[in-house]
Amino acid sequence: MTATLERLPLLVRDWITGFFPEPVRWLVSGLLAIVAILAVFGLYFAYLTLAERKFLGRFQNRPGPNRTGPFGLLQPFADAVKALTKEDIVPQAADKLLHFLAPCLVVAFGLISFAVIPFGRYLIPVDLDAAVLYFFAAGVSSELALFMAGWASHNKYSMISAMRALAQLISYELPLLLAVVPVIMLSGTLSTSKIVVAQGGWTFGIIPHWNVLTPWGFAGFFIFMIAAVAETNRSPFDLPEAESELIAGHLTEYSGFKYALFFMAEYFGMSALCGLGVTLFLGGWQAPIDILQVVPSYVWFMVKLSCVIFCLMWVRATLLRLRIDQLTRLAWKFLVPLGLINLGNAAFWHLSADWSGPLQIVRWAISAAVIVIPFVLIGRTLSSGLAPRTYRYAT
Amino acid sequence: MTTLQLCLVISSLLFCIGLVGALSRSHTILVLLGIELMLNAANMNFIAFWRFGASPTAATGVLFAIFSIAVAAAEAAVGLALVIAVYRHQKSVRLEEANRLKG
Amino acid sequence: MNLILVLIGGLMLTAAAVAMSLRNIIHSALLLIGSWLGVSFFYLWAGAEFVAFAQVLVYVGAVSMVVLFAVLLTRRDRQDVVVAPETRTRAISALLVGGSVAGLLVSAVLGTPLATGPAETPTLTVKDLGTLLAGPQAAGLLIAGVILTVALLGAVVLAATDSGKEDAS
Repeated sequence: MTATLERLPLLVRDWITGFFPEPVRWLVSGLLAIVAILAVFGLYFAYLTLAERKFLGRFQNRPGPNRTGPFGLLQPFADAVKALTKEDIVPQAADKLLHFLAPCLVVAFGLISFAVIPFGRYLIPVDLDAAVLYFFAAGVSSELALFMAGWASHNKYSMISAMRALAQLISYELPLLLAVVPVIMLSGTLSTSKIVVAQGGWTFGIIPHWNVLTPWGFAGFFIFMIAAVAETNRSPFDLPEAESELIAGHLTEYSGFKYALFFMAEYFGMSALCGLGVTLFLGGWQAPIDILQVVPSYVWFMVKLSCVIFCLMWVRATLLRLRIDQLTRLAWKFLVPLGLINLGNAAFWHLSADWSGPLQIVRWAISAAVIVIPFVLIGRTLSSGLAPRTYRYAT
Repeated sequence: MTTLQLCLVISSLLFCIGLVGALSRSHTILVLLGIELMLNAANMNFIAFWRFGASPTAATGVLFAIFSIAVAAAEAAVGLALVIAVYRHQKSVRLEEANRLKG
Repeated sequence: MNLILVLIGGLMLTAAAVAMSLRNIIHSALLLIGSWLGVSFFYLWAGAEFVAFAQVLVYVGAVSMVVLFAVLLTRRDRQDVVVAPETRTRAISALLVGGSVAGLLVSAVLGTPLATGPAETPTLTVKDLGTLLAGPQAAGLLIAGVILTVALLGAVVLAATDSGKEDAS
């Protein structure tokens, strides 16, 4: 029963490809993987926007969208109709071709990074040997689309904010990669499916061997998630489009469905990055407890992904937007040094792998100290000279 | 024509496009980009010879390509920094006008 | 098999050639980035997965950004990215030189009896590359790291403005 459920997507795929002659089967199965990703994550995107609005509403003591359909469940489709029927305005002086190409490319690059994420035990679209590298190669390509959007709009404010957005993305690329390198060091592979397999197993049947449950993994996950929020331009790092201060940054001259495409790309990028975070640090499709393995692995993956995304929404509702200098300072003076120290920490963890008995406690203590002490020291240094925030009007 | 020869023909054509670009344009950035194209064409040869060469088990071609990509990145960064520095002095990015050693 | 190679090569060469003949330098740069992407597809076709993704990461991600920032920092106004055409003699002589070099190279390639290697793609895992880079080629890796660090510092020193001087001018 469990095995059948686990293999269900594969059985469906084999059933469909069975209708086609042998020579084109590889093509059909490839296309099916693409269609499945588009369908699942398209729907996931639609309901993510609704969930985000609902949650933000609850965080701010208001109901959120609740008029379209039962509990507002049809709201995403109403939004889609609205975006499709809006007038598509292209500025007269715009670079027409690039203006059109930018939203298409940004969605395309957002989607191709899903190709290497293992959604389940047998569900990985392409099992590459250098999958993590592929993911980041796909990620950096979307910076190009951002530049194109800013340039093609023929608007100096769009241009300036596109350059600002690029500066932010490039600054946070570094901590993101530095957070990932320890995982690759410890599991000895760049393949995402093997990284997940390496995190299998449980101590006493209840404590999973996920990377996040080690000192270096916890620090890495922390850095990774901060950098991921910045990479996807979400609050508190949403300066590139800061709706309430700037107009909409590099998206100023976009309207209608093209704007919706950028919006979609943001959510695809967020899902893909969180998916990578789940894969690298939270054990991917592995169940948290031994006996819960009866639940299919892809369900666990989606549950973990949704939890991580919920935390991002929580962060968005809680924290205030940073200023551009604070943003780059956080990256270069806090996250990058911490990431480098964490790299050394991971090396120590790798070298002390055969310590046992009481030495195991020493290993944990040293590893935790190596990351906590710099964290406190750098934090103190960066915040010295700043008085604690005072709330004059709120009690 | 064998596949290896086809690869080599493509890479030599790419090299020549880079060469023509570097020779015919006087915008400094375009010249630099032409040189980058030539470097890429050379890298393609390394990979082609690794793939179809006598001993593909030796990964020398791949390793050389990796090092060459790293050095190309350094070259591009320094080259474009120089372009910006020259522009600040001469207020021009045309190569003919950058003819003084003193700012 | 050769059809895919011809397709990749054709797209790459067309993008590069058009890029080199365009007047608008931003369009040139974007097309050249497309051409670099074509080179990475070639690596992928040849089975050098790691090099292909490194190429995308370095060229499409990093070098392209440096190029585009440099273009935007070295212009007086928006129209400044349209480069004036070169003199006719210069273009013709460049084409002549390039054409003769191309003829020389292609005839040399076609005239040489090249040994054809194995038909199937050699397998080279990332792990093999890692052991090679950390073992026999460690010196090269270190030197590349030093070169990159020095280049980074040099680029920052060259491009950074002395803010006081900038205000005075």
